[in-house]
Amino acid sequence: MSVEMFIQHFLNALTLGSLYGLIAIGYTMVYGILRLINFAHGDIFMLGAYFVFWGGALFRLPWFLSVVVAILFTALCGITVDRVAYRPLREAPRISALISSIGVSFFIQNLSIVTFTAIPRAVHVPQWLGQVHLIGKVRLLPLAIVVPIVSLLLTSGLLWVVYRTKPGLAMRAISKDIETTRLMGVPVNRIIAITFGLGSALAAASGIMWALRYPQIHPFMGVIPGFKAFIAAVLGGIGSIQGAVLGGLLLGFIEIMIIAFFPGLSGYRDAFAFVLLIVILLIRPSGLMGEKLEEKV
Amino acid sequence: MYESRTKRLNVAAVALLGFFLWWAQGNLDGYKIQILNLVAINIILALSLNLIYGFTGLFSLGHAGFMAIGAYVSSLLILPAAQKEMIFLLEPLVWPLSVLQAPFFVAVLAGGVAAALFGLLISLPVLRLGGDYLGIATLGFAEIVRVVANNLSGITNGALGLKGIPNHANIWWNYGWCLFTLYFIARLVNSNFGNVLKAIRDDETAARAMGIDVLRCKVVSFSIGAFFAGVGGALMASLLTTIDPKMFLFLLTFNVLMIVVAGGLGSLSGTVIAGVVITVLLEWLRFVENPVTIGSFHIPGIPGMRMVIFSMALLFIILFRREGIMGMREITWNGIIGVCRRKGEKDRD
Repeated sequence: MSVEMFIQHFLNALTLGSLYGLIAIGYTMVYGILRLINFAHGDIFMLGAYFVFWGGALFRLPWFLSVVVAILFTALCGITVDRVAYRPLREAPRISALISSIGVSFFIQNLSIVTFTAIPRAVHVPQWLGQVHLIGKVRLLPLAIVVPIVSLLLTSGLLWVVYRTKPGLAMRAISKDIETTRLMGVPVNRIIAITFGLGSALAAASGIMWALRYPQIHPFMGVIPGFKAFIAAVLGGIGSIQGAVLGGLLLGFIEIMIIAFFPGLSGYRDAFAFVLLIVILLIRPSGLMGEKLEEKV
Repeated sequence: MYESRTKRLNVAAVALLGFFLWWAQGNLDGYKIQILNLVAINIILALSLNLIYGFTGLFSLGHAGFMAIGAYVSSLLILPAAQKEMIFLLEPLVWPLSVLQAPFFVAVLAGGVAAALFGLLISLPVLRLGGDYLGIATLGFAEIVRVVANNLSGITNGALGLKGIPNHANIWWNYGWCLFTLYFIARLVNSNFGNVLKAIRDDETAARAMGIDVLRCKVVSFSIGAFFAGVGGALMASLLTTIDPKMFLFLLTFNVLMIVVAGGLGSLSGTVIAGVVITVLLEWLRFVENPVTIGSFHIPGIPGMRMVIFSMALLFIILFRREGIMGMREITWNGIIGVCRRKGEKDRD
């Protein structure tokens, strides 16, 4: 493989990995706090992409305004899902909330088919993002630089919220012990809503950049990236934000590089992540950076 | 005395069902017969998931994978050699499979056994995981099966799938298997082994402290569930006469899970009731997706509406009636007779 080809694959993997990482943060935060695998998170990601599409196509908003509006709306959707489908089940067995989230996932997908129709849509890519530059033999898409930088900025912002602000302190406290935190006078439900809002906003950012990078959106676009990002979160150690980003990048690189070096396996692309999941659960269930979780008796 | 009465009533109920099916075959149109067949297959699938999740407490989302294995194995055994040659366009079918033939019953059994073997194979590593992680890992297994089926053109014909599968799965085969599944699982959960499974579900640590080999019991339960899922997949393949990897998406598992949750985890009669109700509703609700013309009004169909209604129904059940239709209770003959007798006494008073 030539150096140029390798750089090309490297850039692709970096983009894909950053996008996985941003979605994985939402999974890891919700799991860290509620011990819930939020199946609907991939569909929240899809909603982000659709909102920005409609913002541009229907309401003719300038692109930066439609991005902001889309992120806000998606965060609102995430908070609504928590309020309607998860909050009533806080005291129920954990699997009930998981089944509820599966129901929400199918609900969002099919409601999107009803309202947006199943026809794949093309998202308008601003000229300065979509123009391919040739540097030597490497085809450089500005997005390949923009996506990792935006992801890095968003992740840093989130880490600042979680480690330097009061709601962040409350989030970390809830993830350790929800009952004690409640006794300390922390409005637990509000903090959980903030967590869902932040996670959904990041998923929306990822969905928007995904729609720019792979410019076709449809109601089922969130399913596979959602599963893969969850796997990325497990790989990095569920409950850890840095771990989620690391896991996302690692998964992006594994996927792109396996196909780059063994093109014969490209049909199996969607299976790599699941094989990886089963392997990681067997040899190191706590992931790369996670704390060891023990079943409580 | 009670036992012999129960036995007699069971035989009477089966005879009544047989009579109903015989009547249905002569009097109902093909579409209604098809729904009756789907009811039987869905009950098989839901009973097997209820054994795994409702009675043993293993949250498994891998049903579509087991069904796919059962469907492919049995279809390859009943497809005539000429038909195999015709549909395998991309790559010819590999040797032993291209000439292998089996009668329908053996093929379905083989599909179930193949699914059970895969269940055994993945259960050993995966069942060490608890709760939600098990769900994700089994979901991963089902997705791997689907991706492999999509790519292994020499065996599965890739994305084209198998077409022209002989339609052997008539109403008698389907209900025969359905009754056998119900009988087998009812006997199993009421046996001592069934009590062990329920003990593991209710408190794994306590069960282990009582000296139960928890992993072994889980593996046995999981494999039996996988067997019946494979049987259900095999019957469905023959009923629909065509299969392809896209059929075995997560949606299929979702439908089965929906029946189990709606019927009540750990209730066989609940599963049977929910199996009938949900299968019929799923078909009946197709009207919202088809255009309707009433007089001069023309209402266009709304694609996707059916599943919106269904996912909302699942949400309602899980939010407001988590125990489902039956909870963990069962309908028994003694229970029915007790209710009738009490009612009779009240009427007399």
